[in-house]
Amino acid sequence: MEERKLLLGDEAVALGAIHAGLRGVYAYPGTPSTEITEYIQMYESRYAAGIHCSWSTNEKTAMEEALGMSYAGCRSMVCMKHVGMNVAADAFVNSAMTGVNGGLVVVAADDPSMHSSQNEQDSRFYGKFAMIPVLEPSTQQEAYDMMSYAFDLSENEKLPVLLRLTTRLAHSRSAVAADPDLYDYRPLEPARDPSSWVLLPANARRRNQALTSAQPRLEKLSSESPFSSLSVPESRRSALGIIACGTGYNYVMENGALSSGIPVLKIGQYPLPGDRIRELAGMCDRILVVEDGQPFIEEQVKGFVGADYEILGKLTGALPRTGELNPDTVARALGKTPEPVYATPRNLAARPPALCLGCGHRDVYIALNKVLASYPGARVFADIGCYTLGALPPFCAIDTCVDMGASVTMAKGAADAGIFPAVAVIGDSTFTHSGMTGLLDAVNDRSNITVVISDNLTTAMTGGQDSAGTNKFEAICIALGVEPEHVRVVVPLSRNMDDITAVIREEIDYQGVSVIIPRRECIQTAARKARSAGNDIKKTERK
Amino acid sequence: MKYDIILSGVGGQGILSIATIIADAALGAGLYLKQAEVHGMSQRGGAVESGLRLSDSVIYSDLLPSGSADMILSMEPMEALRYLPFLKKDGCIVTSSVPFRNIGDYPEEAVRSAYQVLPRTFSLDIETLAKENSLPKSANMILLGAAARHIGILTPEQLKESIGNVFGKKGPAVTDANLRAFDIGYNH
Repeated sequence: MEERKLLLGDEAVALGAIHAGLRGVYAYPGTPSTEITEYIQMYESRYAAGIHCSWSTNEKTAMEEALGMSYAGCRSMVCMKHVGMNVAADAFVNSAMTGVNGGLVVVAADDPSMHSSQNEQDSRFYGKFAMIPVLEPSTQQEAYDMMSYAFDLSENEKLPVLLRLTTRLAHSRSAVAADPDLYDYRPLEPARDPSSWVLLPANARRRNQALTSAQPRLEKLSSESPFSSLSVPESRRSALGIIACGTGYNYVMENGALSSGIPVLKIGQYPLPGDRIRELAGMCDRILVVEDGQPFIEEQVKGFVGADYEILGKLTGALPRTGELNPDTVARALGKTPEPVYATPRNLAARPPALCLGCGHRDVYIALNKVLASYPGARVFADIGCYTLGALPPFCAIDTCVDMGASVTMAKGAADAGIFPAVAVIGDSTFTHSGMTGLLDAVNDRSNITVVISDNLTTAMTGGQDSAGTNKFEAICIALGVEPEHVRVVVPLSRNMDDITAVIREEIDYQGVSVIIPRRECIQTAARKARSAGNDIKKTERK
Repeated sequence: MKYDIILSGVGGQGILSIATIIADAALGAGLYLKQAEVHGMSQRGGAVESGLRLSDSVIYSDLLPSGSADMILSMEPMEALRYLPFLKKDGCIVTSSVPFRNIGDYPEEAVRSAYQVLPRTFSLDIETLAKENSLPKSANMILLGAAARHIGILTPEQLKESIGNVFGKKGPAVTDANLRAFDIGYNH
């Protein structure tokens, strides 16, 4: 029976996947994708449905685990933020070479405007790179509807399917009509054909041929997709035409493009449908491309309509080249003059995010700053997490933050070049995500680095998900070859400051790899546990 | 008929609970709704904002166009002012009057003078009201009650029903406290 629910774009993806017969979701938390997996974890009848949904150590392990589930004949989904695609890329690109058995949908949530990210990379390029179908919803309802379509498409074409979201849709809520009885999915038999799944060059060449020759068919499917449409005014003639996708399409509609007689080609599926683009071009003199992210469509459209045809968009300055689109930027691109509005008062103070009061990372940075004050050559290579906020005042304690795990490896490279002290600061979850292999490099080279694993027992920045290495860090570091006497655990509290600074000083002065693990639970997760324990006590008292 | 609201405040002040209740009421009333939230890093004591769009016809954009908000509803007076370009010329601001001082130099004077020239501002000390009425955790519902006088597209009864829906799972005591807080704001 159909039901109406108020869902985030992320939650609509999750519910759509559940209703399409999902057997497992594999993911590493990352804004704005985290709520997809969390919704499945909280889903009431999850146990009845038997859906695997615990967190993976990183996006690459997630991608491979999902591929294994697909191999076994079940429907699986992988979710990540856009930069997670870089980590998963080896498995992702090669999953298009093996092909899939059970439906496999990869969800990448891009972050135009970098609300919570370090770049604006556009995941649609990965879809084109791997030569697989890409779906892009405009609304929460489409996000839901696309999931069963995506799994069917994946199984029909025997290819993984990429679903691309942006922050604005992932984190916006709207009513969604959902149908739990939509689907009665029966898993397939496990795959049997090693000639597809063993990518020896001879097999891979054959697979590459098949994948390449599937491209015209994939383009035809895009042209016929229920999520793409060409809306044409009665006159069938307009100076301007629009190609729009995702949230960009919403801003075009918000500005009343159709009622002003402008034909609009909505793209919901890739590879781009050349016939539809040529049809639009035939009824207009020029085309405006409205897409959130990088100019992915805009760059390709020229190839369909010829170099002389006028294309407007991010490359021509009609729309801003960076940052997410909004109704105002699209209005200006459509030639509308903005009405005067209230100005933001001058002299308002910025209110940047900050480490929580009472957070253990604070004590770590206070201690580091104290010790490093006497080492003028010191550099601190940090990593991705709440503790990146150590870059801001009052700490100003870190010198770099690049990508997951880069603290350990950049410290090693800098130490190789003579930087001393070279200190790495990495969180517990980031360390197991991508820091362990770098630590092994450092151990094997006897690099002179000090690695601080600031362990708050959770993946804090994304809201307190389980951390893969909890209770295992000393064992991991020792097993990787760090001398046991140089794996030091401290408790980051202000009353322990003398102890912590002494430990840091000793380990900096040790010539070799040392690891300091300041360990204290994230105050957010601790407070949440205390609240829920308190509620349980109250409930017991009422009984 | 449509009604656009910008909700603003500082991470942790409870603006998403307000948004959840208005959204639940809109769903119950059969209205179209879009509610764009901010998650992630900015929640750590930083400025947070949520756009809420209600309408009896289809809404396309998740983001509000500038100059379209009927109301800025804010848990913090300076935070409301950040979003002034989104306010309609005849839109209103309903805000807590209590500054949240987690930054070095809070610009008291800039905030005061900005409010002096804004035509429709409803400012109330929700924290004192919450304390006086022994409702320490329900300041945000006092603010919602005060806003309910102006949100024409939903009735106070519809909003109160949604307070029940949203807080119901936390037990009757929590629901009652929040309903009482709503009434205090509404009658203030």
